[in-house]
Amino acid sequence: MAEAIAVQPDAATAGPVLEVAGLRKEFGELVAVDDVSFSVPQATSLAIVGESGSGKTTIARMIVGLERPTAGTITACGADRSAPARSARDRRRRGSEVQIVFQDPYTSLDPRQTAEATVDEVLRLHHGWPRDRRRARIAELTELVGLDGRQARALPRALSGGQRQRVAIARALAAEPRVLILDESVAALDVSIQAQVLNLLADIRDSTGVTYVLISHDLAVVRQLTDDVIVLHRGVVVERGATASVLDDPQHEYTKRLRASVPRPGWRPRRGALLGAGEEASG
Amino acid sequence: MDQSAAAPPGAPLLLVEGLTVRLPVEGAQRAVLRDVGLSISPGEAVGLVGESGSGKSMTARAIDRLLPRGAQVAGTISYDGTDVMSLSGAAMRRYRNQVAMIFQDPRAHVNPVRRVGDFMTEALRTNLGVQPAEAATRAADMLGQVGIADGRRRLRQYPHELSGGMLQRVMIATALLTEPKLLLADEPTTALDVTTQAEVMAILDDLRREFGLAMLFITHDLELAAAICDRTAVMYAGQIVEVRQSALLHDDPLHPYTAALAAARPDIAQTAPRLAAIPGRPLSAFEAPEEECAFAPRCPHVRDICRAETPELVGLNGGLSRCARAIELRGQLTPAHAPDGGSDG
Repeated sequence: MAEAIAVQPDAATAGPVLEVAGLRKEFGELVAVDDVSFSVPQATSLAIVGESGSGKTTIARMIVGLERPTAGTITACGADRSAPARSARDRRRRGSEVQIVFQDPYTSLDPRQTAEATVDEVLRLHHGWPRDRRRARIAELTELVGLDGRQARALPRALSGGQRQRVAIARALAAEPRVLILDESVAALDVSIQAQVLNLLADIRDSTGVTYVLISHDLAVVRQLTDDVIVLHRGVVVERGATASVLDDPQHEYTKRLRASVPRPGWRPRRGALLGAGEEASG
Repeated sequence: MDQSAAAPPGAPLLLVEGLTVRLPVEGAQRAVLRDVGLSISPGEAVGLVGESGSGKSMTARAIDRLLPRGAQVAGTISYDGTDVMSLSGAAMRRYRNQVAMIFQDPRAHVNPVRRVGDFMTEALRTNLGVQPAEAATRAADMLGQVGIADGRRRLRQYPHELSGGMLQRVMIATALLTEPKLLLADEPTTALDVTTQAEVMAILDDLRREFGLAMLFITHDLELAAAICDRTAVMYAGQIVEVRQSALLHDDPLHPYTAALAAARPDIAQTAPRLAAIPGRPLSAFEAPEEECAFAPRCPHVRDICRAETPELVGLNGGLSRCARAIELRGQLTPAHAPDGGSDG
């Protein structure tokens, strides 16, 4: 089953599967993303870490084509995607390169579509397969993400948050993307379900060779799933490196502050300790 | 009173016993809380931890008498010796001034077209008869206490002009204005960035100690609860399954669910080859099996005895556990003692 979904090998596997250079996005006066560059080798995982307003979701939206960069280039599987797609065919090709799973499984699915119909639509659109072949792949994909037959035929309203997120992952995988962007995709899940989905994502990477870009504020999740990390603060990359070394030995002040803010045994929050001088001083 | 095992001595400020709540869902009365017992002493911080549907928010709502219409409530809630369920009118308003609540999403709990000062001082003006000028002075002072400078100007602002972290600090200040004795905090930092959460928690912790305020702190984050609460209660499927000194909760849990919850969470300090996921999904009270242990369908330590009856919450090593095998499993629930749960295979 796993092999059936494996990424087709092709010439592009040698270089990075996703490359971003000098990326910039302005919203009016605001510079949301400022000169961000990174490249992600095939079958590895990159985390983009930062707090709200750091620009991490804007980067994700530019990669999948939901926002247009003000400057800079985005290259996926050797093809430029900095400018909008010029045809339906071009858009489909891009869809087969990069897919995204959003944070909120309650708003990212069509309420009138069952899990099977959701996956089927993508298979029809991207591969144009006959019905039998689509049915077989739907069964494979729903099994891969751990949905049983009843759940696969259910409408989203009958599914829990974790089950909906599995549907969203199955839908994204149906296009057989080389890169899957996970935009806070496990943030809204209960701890016990989050562990199941993180294990599932690791299994899928092992069996398909898909590359992940994980957008997250949760450093423990980042540690579990990714090889490399970039830390974003106000649109600028302030630190980058192997995930383990950045988390164990952060160099930038902001990364240190992020790391120190995570509750852990023996942790005591102290006023002002995490902020610079100014209005926040205890009083 | 089976809470005595894990509660500090002295008269509790809040005492909840045998609390069972049913809500009408699609025509049927369905249990959301089953036999919840809880005590909080003056000045004590108690954590209430659980996954969605476990009943932790419903417990706080029951305590503050904010249950939805049509709720059937059995059991007792007493505050400072008074039966909370019998309160009405002025007595109810006095009680709500004493027992203040802060919520996860402050924006959902403020009127966006009213100024900060207007909603901050409402309880003072309408319930306690404080003059507007005096109320404004107290509100501005309290903003200073939560680290918001220039309080007078902030009082004239609208909620949309404040960031999420600042608005939550405003909510904390508002809750403290009526000089409550007990704060019910329902996931107050869940919607905030992690550095903002640390700052808000520090403020909450500081002021709580300064004012001698007791707190029921509701969260899904076991480590956050452990860090700031004296004791922590863990809920599953509408029941309390464990109460423990927070310092012991992580390393020496008494209930398999607590241990499983801690083990399922990824670790910031190391990558696990595989996370110890709990099979299945968290159940609501009405979905869980009734005449047996509610966690039995997902528990790695389940035996016939677990299916025989609903376990009682019993005292054990200074804590409480609702597990039929709690004594037997003592010390075997954490990975260090039972690699892969192997001894229990």
